[in-house]
Amino acid sequence: MSQDWPLWEVFIRTKGGLSHRHVGSVHAPDGEMALRHARDTYTRRLEGVSLWIARSSDIVASDPDQAGALFEPAADKIYRHPTFYDIPDVVRHI
Amino acid sequence: MNRDFFPADTRTDSAPHGAMFDYLLRLGDDSLILCQRLTEWCGHAPALEIDLSLANIGLDLIGQATLFLNFAGAIEDRGRDGDRLAFHRDASDFRNCLLVEQPNGDFAQTMARQFLFSTAQLGLFEQLMLSTEPRIAEIAAKGVKEVRYHADLAADWIVRLGDGTDESRNRMVVGLDWCWRFIDELFLVDDVEAGLIEQGIAVDRSALRGAFDARLSSVLADAGLPAPVYPRGVRGGRAGRHSEHLGHLLATMQHLPRSYPDAVW
Repeated sequence: MSQDWPLWEVFIRTKGGLSHRHVGSVHAPDGEMALRHARDTYTRRLEGVSLWIARSSDIVASDPDQAGALFEPAADKIYRHPTFYDIPDVVRHI
Repeated sequence: MNRDFFPADTRTDSAPHGAMFDYLLRLGDDSLILCQRLTEWCGHAPALEIDLSLANIGLDLIGQATLFLNFAGAIEDRGRDGDRLAFHRDASDFRNCLLVEQPNGDFAQTMARQFLFSTAQLGLFEQLMLSTEPRIAEIAAKGVKEVRYHADLAADWIVRLGDGTDESRNRMVVGLDWCWRFIDELFLVDDVEAGLIEQGIAVDRSALRGAFDARLSSVLADAGLPAPVYPRGVRGGRAGRHSEHLGHLLATMQHLPRSYPDAVW
């Protein structure tokens, strides 16, 4: 049965204030069921407070063959890193 | 646990160890036996994700059973804890309703049984949260969120299979047909419970039937399934008179602790 079901990507917000992070995928016939399956598969140990589901085929991904052209030019541009000022201690997630 | 914490008259009732003990066995055994049935799906469910859904429901149920049966053991005060009650009683000492011990059948029959039981259990727990016995109220308050999810998930499958293909619809009709004769027992009130209801400890199950029927009608209508035609009801689980299925279930469930009483993890 499951091979007929499309694949869905699962994103979990672990707690308020943090972004959703990709944790894995589930098979399901539709979004509603995918949400249930994600709940039962990925939040069994209190991992999250919110779930996002997206159909895997809707995700547009970069081409690994173009990784050099896309990402390597950023490697030597250290001035783009915001490391030249102090972050206040109270700002925890930045 | 301190015995004096509990009202004395619940310990000296007509039943062998008091009505309170019997009532806790009923609550605990319902969850325990249904959990054991659901574990039979491990590795066999239609999809890996459903395998996990069923195991999760089972784990919730075993949590409820542990709390109810440990409490029952404390009430009985003969040194038996939840494990002892679960693994070292014979079929005639179990007090679960007949519905939960019924075989899984196919996935549709399993979901039919789950929907009917969880919907009834949800109504029960919502009222048990108001029990004058605080320990029962606490267990029900913890369990009610779990059961709400079980009832929702199962209702979803009733609609999907009922409103799916010809085959899925037929299977759901057959699955529900298997279960109808066990529904009356879920709402039965006998002498054991009547006294506890008067004290506000137990819930009057007969008063929960209306809401159950309404929810059932609504889900069946969504699924495009016919209204139930109830055959003559079968009962006896609450008094220890079980179907032949329970013995086989217990043989599997109790084999290890009975063969190796000293086994530990």
